[in-house]
Amino acid sequence: MRTKNTIIFSLISTFFLIFLISIWKILATLQGLNIQNFNLQIIFILGFLISLAHLTISDKIRNFYKSILFSLIFVICDGYLIQQLPIWYNIGVFLILYFFVNQIKKYNFDNLKEEHSTQVIFFDFLTLFGILFFSFVILFPFYMMLVTSFKTQMALLVNPLDFSINFGQDMKDLFKSYFVIFKSYKFGKYILTSTIVSLGTVIITLLFAIPAAYAIARLNFFGRTFLSTSILIIYMFPAIVLVIPLYTVFSQLGLRNSIEGLLIVYTATTLPVAIYMLQGYFKSIPKELEEAAILDKLSWFGIIFKIIIPLSIPAISSVALYVFMIAWNEFLFSLMFLDNPNSFTLSRAIQYLSGDAETPRQYLMAGSVVVTLPVLFIFVYFEKYLVSGLTAGSVKG
Amino acid sequence: MKDTLSNTERKTAYILTLPAVCLVFAVILFPIFANIWISFKEVELKDIRIPEPRAKKIVKSVSGEPTKIKILYKLRNSSLIQEIRDVSFQDKFPKNFKTEELDSRCEFKKSILKCKFGNWPEKYRENFQVVFETDDGSKIDSKKLKSIKPKLEGKSDNILLNTNFTLKNFKKVLFENEFVDLLLTTFYYTFFGTIGSIIFGVLTAQMVNQKFYGRTFMRSVLLFPYVAPVVALAYTWELLLDPTSGTLNSLLINYQIVETPINLLGQKYVEINILGFDFKLRLALTTVIMFEIWRYFPLAFLFILARLQAIPKELYEAADVDGASPFQKFFKITLPQITAVISILFMIRFIWNFNKFEDVFLLTGGASGTRTLPINVYQQGFAISDIGMGSAVSMVIVVLLLMFMFFYFKLLGKRVDEN
Repeated sequence: MRTKNTIIFSLISTFFLIFLISIWKILATLQGLNIQNFNLQIIFILGFLISLAHLTISDKIRNFYKSILFSLIFVICDGYLIQQLPIWYNIGVFLILYFFVNQIKKYNFDNLKEEHSTQVIFFDFLTLFGILFFSFVILFPFYMMLVTSFKTQMALLVNPLDFSINFGQDMKDLFKSYFVIFKSYKFGKYILTSTIVSLGTVIITLLFAIPAAYAIARLNFFGRTFLSTSILIIYMFPAIVLVIPLYTVFSQLGLRNSIEGLLIVYTATTLPVAIYMLQGYFKSIPKELEEAAILDKLSWFGIIFKIIIPLSIPAISSVALYVFMIAWNEFLFSLMFLDNPNSFTLSRAIQYLSGDAETPRQYLMAGSVVVTLPVLFIFVYFEKYLVSGLTAGSVKG
Repeated sequence: MKDTLSNTERKTAYILTLPAVCLVFAVILFPIFANIWISFKEVELKDIRIPEPRAKKIVKSVSGEPTKIKILYKLRNSSLIQEIRDVSFQDKFPKNFKTEELDSRCEFKKSILKCKFGNWPEKYRENFQVVFETDDGSKIDSKKLKSIKPKLEGKSDNILLNTNFTLKNFKKVLFENEFVDLLLTTFYYTFFGTIGSIIFGVLTAQMVNQKFYGRTFMRSVLLFPYVAPVVALAYTWELLLDPTSGTLNSLLINYQIVETPINLLGQKYVEINILGFDFKLRLALTTVIMFEIWRYFPLAFLFILARLQAIPKELYEAADVDGASPFQKFFKITLPQITAVISILFMIRFIWNFNKFEDVFLLTGGASGTRTLPINVYQQGFAISDIGMGSAVSMVIVVLLLMFMFFYFKLLGKRVDEN
């Protein structure tokens, strides 16, 4: 039993180490280092031996010295295999090993004997693996987007794996793609259009949604339950089905290629979810406040403005941010309704840019960074509000 | 007293909800009905434009006679396919203008030139000329004349409004459109995308539900693909997967994992041999599904995490006392607690993936075996310019969705009864 658990522990930890080292090698390759082999077998043997040695030595040496010792052995072997690598690569390997030995320090022969110990080990390493794997898989495309926008066409063609950025160069050269998209491709104008459309959608949606949500949350009227259930059904309705009829009507009314047209469609598509989120919050406000206000002869509008709105600022701002993000990211309707470059939104402009096969990819990526940054910034900064909004409304798409 | 109060309450409620209801009705419900209407018609993109009578005004001075001026109107019907009936024309001139000769269709009264041109067939063109003279002998300012634009009006049939219906579109959709392939592709895309995003959602939620350093940061990072704009993400992926200079292929070749680059987004099939069985994997479709999973698992993650955090700790403590293994705890406690969320997520994601247009459109444009129903709506309606066909395809989407919802709720209703 003990041998079996020991072997399972060593295997799992070794696979984890292989994963760590491989990711580091990939990242190093993308900095222009010439590494052509993962050396999986040798890392496997080394990792397995380190895990076993760790178990055998256990507490006989202080953990700190043990970590340093193992890491140095590994770095020397690894450095011998792939020669002529800069010092930062080896420091990276050293730190990874140090981290690894510290992760396995809580396991020893004693707790390997315990019941379910292999499953515990499996789950522990699966969590660690998951954290690293998902961080890598998610952040990698964003990282690529950012670094590509700082490269030049030439550099990308010479070595498609070299994504190192030379910060020593002139600022003008470094940010060249950004200068180009703002000067030659009028991205300033597109940012303005996108901002106007998104902010406009937020304002109009709130103007329409707050009264409606209040009525649904508080007032008794015929059709109230019908309205509150149909909101969700309408919300589920596919945008692609609306496209053709809206296109024909907008063409005949001359609303295509206009900000007004986009505002109408965006507001209508975000209204159901905004009403749904707001009425849920309004219901949680104590009724006594309004009853007092009615005794004071405050009108319904007065109640909304003086009591409801001030009390639900968090919910309203969460809806506002969330509607802003939907409008900013929207692509389908802007693709269908806009074909004149003068009225493009950012998303549509980037798609238009990519339609030309000649457009260098770093311009495309610079455009993508420009459209992504505001959203990510808003998201990280207001995360608390947005996450509650996301779970309540689950951003359309 | 109470009666009047509830009366005003009702009135207020209608006033408060009316704007929102009207807007939603106009932009969401009306188009759905309009879609049914259009799907039974033979309409093309060019038919949508309303035919307009147009006139281009050209002002020509008569040499040697500064008090005279020739005005040429180039008249035409803007439509190449439809006639315009009862075209009327109006143009304004300065007060001191007079004219001697005039076309029989026109009259000049109170400095206004009015004409009735009758019917213009499609592609109609005519050059129409009038000569004017000032009655007090003053010179004519031709620039000022140019700045006044003539007004034209006419009646025409709107193809969308007549009552000629046909079943042709639906016949074409069902029999000439590789319909089975279209359905299968859409189904694969929807089903595997949904299942995949839920599996990843469960894994990540389980992961983040544990305590570790940097947990809140991890939670934000996991939501990045979901909140970032599609356009940016799709093009980044395209760059990553590009066969000639993409990072992924360069890496694979560098580490000698493959010899020739794989065109992940442009190759329809790849042959795979597993345990002696050869089978064809739809490569581009798989890649597109991967992107879909990558982009939408955060929603599943968020829902499931919220549910996991609400599971009472006592359940796990009791399991510990009984000596349950981690696997047992997961399958016996966690999973049953999250099945309700998963089934709701399944429905939401299934419906939305079924209608997903942007992702596939941006990645492959529907090429190499990734043509789904929503892509087909676009292709029929805008690439081939057959609006009627596009509408018919979107009607198919609506019908399938309604069927799905019907079965889903029936099934769900049964399960609730059993419990």
